[in-house]
This record gives sequence, C-alpha cells and structure tokens, in this order.
Amino acid sequence: MNLTLKVWRQKNQNDKGKMETYQVSDISPDMSFLEMMDVLNEQLIKEDIEPVHFDHDCREGICGMCSMHINGRPHGPQQAVTTCQLHMRSFKDGDTITIEPWRAGAFPVVKDLVVDRTSFDRIIQAGGYVSVNTGGVPDANEIPIPKSVADEAFNSATCIGCGACVAACKNASAMLFTSAKIAQLAMLPQGKTEAKTRAEKMVAQMDAEGFGACTNTGACSAECPKEISLENIARMNREYFSAKAKSENTDM
Amino acid sequence: MSWFVRTFGSTLGRKLLMALTGIFLILFLVVHLAGNLQLLIPDGGKSFNIYAETMGNNTFIQIVSKVNFALILLHIIVAIILTRYNSKARPVSYENFNGNANSTWSSRNMGVLGSVIFIFIAIHLSNFWWVFKYGEVPTTTLENGTAVKNYYAVVNEGFSQLWIVGIYVLSMVFLAFHLAHGFQSAFQTLGLNHKKYTPAIKAVGKWFAILVPIGFAIIPIYMYFNNIS
Repeated sequence: MNLTLKVWRQKNQNDKGKMETYQVSDISPDMSFLEMMDVLNEQLIKEDIEPVHFDHDCREGICGMCSMHINGRPHGPQQAVTTCQLHMRSFKDGDTITIEPWRAGAFPVVKDLVVDRTSFDRIIQAGGYVSVNTGGVPDANEIPIPKSVADEAFNSATCIGCGACVAACKNASAMLFTSAKIAQLAMLPQGKTEAKTRAEKMVAQMDAEGFGACTNTGACSAECPKEISLENIARMNREYFSAKAKSENTDM
Repeated sequence: MSWFVRTFGSTLGRKLLMALTGIFLILFLVVHLAGNLQLLIPDGGKSFNIYAETMGNNTFIQIVSKVNFALILLHIIVAIILTRYNSKARPVSYENFNGNANSTWSSRNMGVLGSVIFIFIAIHLSNFWWVFKYGEVPTTTLENGTAVKNYYAVVNEGFSQLWIVGIYVLSMVFLAFHLAHGFQSAFQTLGLNHKKYTPAIKAVGKWFAILVPIGFAIIPIYMYFNNIS
C-alpha cells in the first residue's frame, strides 16, 4: 500500500505547530497503525528529519498510551480498538490519512502527537481510591458481592484512561473517564467509605483541569476502545448530586 | 462563595439546571399545544377566545407564565455560559473532525438549534402575546352576552400571511431536532439511565419530538388554507 500521511508536527509546548505531508510506500495491510508509523520514522531518520514522536507502550490495547486522532476520529475508524490494534487493512491503497494529537486544553501537546495526560492522574488523586485497613489480609469472599455488581464494576474498571473520550467530545469533556473511575468504586462495598465525597472531589478536580461539560452526544462512548457506557455518566451525576446534598463538606 | 452557588457553578450543576429547565419547558409545550389546538375547532374561534380569556384572568396561570419566561431565560443564560466554557476546553481545534461517525448532528448543534428557537420565540411573542397584552384587539360577543377580546381574529389574521406560516413551520423543524436530543438528554443528566426505563424514555422522546412540533405546525397550515377556501 502507498499512503499519503498528513501528520501534526510541533517542536515543543510553545511551538505553534503545523501539519506536514509525508509519503510512505510498500505498507503491508497486516501492519498495525503504529508499525506503519515506525516505517515512516525509519524513513524520516534516513532522510535526516526528526522522527514523529508518538505515545505507545504495550501495543496490545491495554495500557492506554497510544493516542492518535486518525481521520477525524480517536484511534481511527474501527470500533472498540486502540490505535495499536488498528491495522492497515482498514485503509485503502492511495488513501490520505490525517494524524493529529488529542486536542484539549487539559491535554497540552508535549511534542508532535504526544500529549500530557497527567490531568487524568490528578482527577484520580482527588478521590479515585479506597481506604484500606492495615493488618492481616482479609479472607477471600469475606465481603459478599453479587456477580452482576462485580461484572458491572469490572466493566467500568476496564477504562484504560487513554483519553479518547476527551478527544472525541466536541466539548473536550472528561465525564466518561471520571464517571467510569467513580462508578467502579461506587458500586463495590470497598468504595463506600469515601462514597459521600468521592464524586464531589473528582468532579471538582475535573472542572479545575479545564475539561468541558457534557452535552450527552455519546461520542465518548462510541469512540471508547473499551466501550465504557454512558450509564457511568448517569451514575456519576447521581453520586455527585447526592454527595452535594448529603456531605458535610461546605468548602467545595 | 457558598457550597450551593459552587454546586450550580460546576459543570454538573449547570447541566442540572439545563435539564430541569428543559423538562419544565417540555411540559409547557404540552400545555401550550393542548390549548392552541382549540384554534382548529370550527366554531369561529369561540372556544379559543374563552380559553385565552380564562388563562389571561387566572392568577395561577399568570404566575406560571412569569415562571415560564424566567426559566426560558435561565435555560438560555446557562446555555450561553456552558457554550463559552466548552469552547475554551479545546483551544486548538482539529484539522479533521468526523463528528458524524460517533454522534448525531442535533446533539452537537443544540446551541444553533436553540438560537433559532430563541429568534422564533421573539417573533412569536411579538406576533401574538404582545398584541394580546398591549395591542388593539377587536372584541366579540359570546352567546351569553359578555364581550371578550377576539384573540382568534388576531391569530387568524397572522396566519393568513404565507411568510408567517412559513416561519412557524420551519421553526418547528428546528424545535423537533432540539427536542430529539434534549428530551432524552435531560433524563441522562438527571442520572436516570436504566436498562428498563431508558429505552422507554428514548422512544417517548423520539415520538414527542415528532408529534409535538407537527401538532404546532398543523395550526398555521390549517388556518392558512382555511382562509383561502
């Protein structure tokens, strides 16, 4: 396959950046998108051009590092996959592919396609944890949790924090991420200790980071590689409003 | 700032205001349509005149109408605040953004749809509400001898003009798309997303978004053709 790539190049946070066009040839349809990027980078190195910087780690769809906005969609045209799981057979010979970084004020571009997603870490730090008693290890099955609840909590917990939801949202909103992290803990008995304040702390941090509000377009869930559902956002809203009504926290 | 103000200043708090005012306005549409469908009764406007007179003299209805104006205003103000806030969340936009791949056009353009509806409301109020309240309205005598303002005549006069009918019918298309997203979205914001109820809410919302605007649009169309024949 021969392809034309339009890639966002940006030297550093302060650089304005622009789209550059590159040609790649003899791309195998069996390559993953990131392997195709590796081919491009080898070519660029040979031409003495700085290679395109992009985030990646496990390359098996579980770490949440890859973060490319491909042809107008996070992680490209396929449903429920990350960029590393996207294969070149999803494109046609002669295609022009635009590759951009996630666009959000809370995800500043570090370089080229690499964005700083530590704003997600700060949301987790604000309340995405559970209190644990020190001492001996509790017995397995000591706390009864119905299978259906465990499954639902696990569905929320499959969020890999890649930020595709923010990238897809017209408001660059982090509601799907934040809600999944709130929901996975809200559903389980271990998370009850902080239940009153978790939602209000995490939402306050999400707002402080400058993520937008939700318009319920559903773009986040549609583009999520782990198919996190909108039910999480509804649950977060319930948790938040009930926390606001019941918590004794008057300074949030 | 108190916790209360901060709650409604948060992204979720503002969304809650949008949802609650939206649901109130949805209820208003039902009442407004039910009342206005009396314009279709072929009795020379008698039912409509009695209805309009009763509504105008009822203290409760008058209070609700003021609340309605206030909530429309609140819906608009919060929408403007949210739109400005949201546009700041993405300072650099995409070269290529394929929204159609993952969401409906109406859900992404609620602000555009709402702005058109706002312009329509202004036209609509100046056409009728303003005239009823402060303009010259001819009087008509009921069977029992009491004289009432002939509101029907004002509406009939307005809807005898094709361009006004056109504006009304077109505006209802915008209302339909606004409702198509807004109805179910309001319940999602309130936290109501449930395997049993959400499919029902979505179905009701879809039919509401189709039938209510059609109901409103029928009135000017019917009256226009009634005037011609």
